[in-house]
Amino acid sequence: MANDFGILSFGAYLPRARMQRKAVAAANGWFAPGLKGLSRGERAIANWDEDTITMAVEAARDCLGELDRADLRQLVLASTTHPFDDRQNATVVATALHLPSALRTSDAAGSLRAGTGALIAALEGRETTLVVAADQRRAKAGSTQEMQYGDGAAAMLVGTGTPVARLLGAHTESVDFVHQYRMHDRNSDYGWEERWIRDEGYLKLVPRAVGALLKRCGVDAAAIVHFCLPGTLSKVQAAVAKRCGIPETAVRDPLGASVGDTGAAHPLLMLAHVLEQSAPGDTVLVAGFGEGCDALLLQVGDGRADTRRGVTGALADRREESNYLRWLSFTGTVDLERGMRAEVDKATAMTVLYRNRDMIEGLVGGRCRRCGTVQFPRQRYCVNPECNALDSQDDYVFSERTGRVLSYTADGLTYSPDPPTYFGMVQVDGGGRMLMDFTEVDPASMDVGLPVRMVFRIKDADPNRGFVRYFWKAAPARA
Amino acid sequence: MASGIKDKVVILGMGCSKFGERWDANAQDLMVEAFEEALRDAGIERRQIDAAWLGTAIEEQHVGKSAVPLAMTLRLPYIPVTRVENYCATGTEALRGAVYAVASGAADVALALGVEKLKDTGYGGLPQRSRGALNDLFWPNLSAPGSFAQLAAAYRAKHGANRDDLKRAMAHISVKSHANASRNPKAHLRNAITEEDVLKAPMIAEPLGLYDCCGVSDGSACAIVTTPDIARGLGKRDLVAVKALQLAVSNGEEVSFDRWDGSYFATTRVAAARAYREAGITRPREQVSLVDVHDCFSVTELVTMEDLQLSAEGTAIRDVLDGFYDADGQVPCQIDGGLKCFGHPIGASGLRMVYEMYLQLIGRAGDRQRPAPVWGMTHNLGGFPSQNVSSVTIVGQYGA
Repeated sequence: MANDFGILSFGAYLPRARMQRKAVAAANGWFAPGLKGLSRGERAIANWDEDTITMAVEAARDCLGELDRADLRQLVLASTTHPFDDRQNATVVATALHLPSALRTSDAAGSLRAGTGALIAALEGRETTLVVAADQRRAKAGSTQEMQYGDGAAAMLVGTGTPVARLLGAHTESVDFVHQYRMHDRNSDYGWEERWIRDEGYLKLVPRAVGALLKRCGVDAAAIVHFCLPGTLSKVQAAVAKRCGIPETAVRDPLGASVGDTGAAHPLLMLAHVLEQSAPGDTVLVAGFGEGCDALLLQVGDGRADTRRGVTGALADRREESNYLRWLSFTGTVDLERGMRAEVDKATAMTVLYRNRDMIEGLVGGRCRRCGTVQFPRQRYCVNPECNALDSQDDYVFSERTGRVLSYTADGLTYSPDPPTYFGMVQVDGGGRMLMDFTEVDPASMDVGLPVRMVFRIKDADPNRGFVRYFWKAAPARA
Repeated sequence: MASGIKDKVVILGMGCSKFGERWDANAQDLMVEAFEEALRDAGIERRQIDAAWLGTAIEEQHVGKSAVPLAMTLRLPYIPVTRVENYCATGTEALRGAVYAVASGAADVALALGVEKLKDTGYGGLPQRSRGALNDLFWPNLSAPGSFAQLAAAYRAKHGANRDDLKRAMAHISVKSHANASRNPKAHLRNAITEEDVLKAPMIAEPLGLYDCCGVSDGSACAIVTTPDIARGLGKRDLVAVKALQLAVSNGEEVSFDRWDGSYFATTRVAAARAYREAGITRPREQVSLVDVHDCFSVTELVTMEDLQLSAEGTAIRDVLDGFYDADGQVPCQIDGGLKCFGHPIGASGLRMVYEMYLQLIGRAGDRQRPAPVWGMTHNLGGFPSQNVSSVTIVGQYGA
């Protein structure tokens, strides 16, 4: 099956911080005592410097690994929480990934089916396509959504090769069943009664889509080995499986207790999790619910899936967070007094950003053709005092390089949404160095010599003009 | 080979305002305070000044751009006036302009005045602003203490220094500067503190606590310079001459080339070596009588002792703890309290350091007076350890 078309690779990303639901229930119990019933486990929450774009970049990096990125023809970023309404979010991701500009990029949005829809389109097409789905859904304090949602991203590379999985067929039911909605100017979803969603939504629309798909493919429901269906309603997956005739053993854990529901990303995240644990030949059914249902029937192939961090690695790389108020301030739910140092104007000159987009969004520096010196930032003259050659440098990409901390501090004076600010000099393995911000720091292990990797994050925000700036930071390299 | 500045220019008069939280004063008041003292000290009239230099760094905080604020405030009679800015080494840049003007023969008498009015921001510490349209896109989110705190981590790693020893040496530096400033009526912070106070203070940027950081102050300092002949003609005896005036500016090697280890100032080492050569000093540890360095943070002072060749590499902690740099030590450092306690009105600081050396050399330093100093050295620094502007100035008895 070396020249088959299908999913060639996959990746996942979950923010390290996992909000302890107990802490959320304890803070809101005075108003919403019912939350106690949802207080088991934890959910993934984005750091203050993460959003849909940065999580998408991480999932894509996990998916692409060392693969040649020049073959890509298409990139889709699926989400219901794209940071920008106008400025294509997928293009920011593509720039951070150093993809060639000759690339068809698009944002898929507007539904929890955005991720499955993009994946179906890629698998039914012929082009090498990277489908990335990410979501960071906000919710009101004290709501069930706040408890049940999670932040995260998943990526699927579709193309010709030795697939990890190939598509047997897909079917979509588009039905304006409004179990929840969020208009443009709102930060959170408005949902209807759960019993109605289960009985009229999940238990009718999903079986309709699944039934049509299986019939068309000539596959018996009993043959399904893995059934992925996101959803936060209690035991809804098992009830749907039973209605469809899918074996109970095939029902996959929707990761509610460890991640939460990652919205448009969740069907892909669950699929990625399956692909880490399945055997060649397994039949996988993925369903995405929302204004109807997307259903994909896949068969696991011989492609290798064992080198990436994936969902398993992301689940293990976690930090328990119990500070509910800190999280509320990250999401803007609580308006903290941030002090005069937060008042600095963060206006961005688009001309400057454009001229330096490779450097800023791609972490591209230079390597001198004459003396070999690797350097950042790349300037007209080589920095080596014994060289100083003019215009002698080729692009040198730092983003996939590891490095070590040369100096650092925890700065409590400068403004940060999550003080103190860690920053310092990073000596990059293979040459070059840069003074940069750190993120995801574990204070006890911070020291000179600490191994780090580069991550694409929010640098700062400009509240006056509603803009977010991205740049790369150093994060401790964890196994 | 340039002949250098040694003994070509002498100080005719100097002045310095009271430093501190000058809620009572505009920048213009501070300028007048320093200028009046300098003018009286020089014994000349305003119209005898041929050219002037204004040093101010964060001009948007007080006087605004250009040299006009100096000319307007001092009512200078349509003479050439230049405004300079070079981070926290701005005050020294003003002096360099005036000294070079006299040395070149373009001016007989030149004025340098530095001023900064920082306490109108509404918060403690230095104001934070845009650092340039491109820099803002990739520079880390750093404060001044955060950037200098980097030295401590790198110094520890390089010399295998114990965390507690380093912190104690840093504490000793601050305790010493507070003690010195208690004898300086113009200083901002004149209270004595203990090592325990320093170690227990709230953390600002690890490992720098509150007492490891210098004062943010309002103030102004002023120098009037001329040639030795003109000074004698005006009846001056015991002339204090400029012996060396050196500046080194980072070119990106520290921050982008893989050689520098983060534990020292590459610029200061270059500027110091050039200054010693210019002044004819061959054994600085034995020859320098007094030094005022840019102690914006305690750790800066510590590593600077090695960069100035006063302590051998890796031995500054020991020298500091041994009291080598105390007021009664072999090379007193920050005899006036330094940036730490005299205060740090950015544009004025480089001139304030020279002011103290001048007072010491002519025997007018009051309770702080050291017996018969010959060479006074100042070190004025601006920027960040990884990219900065560093100056070394040496003054001494004319002809010595």
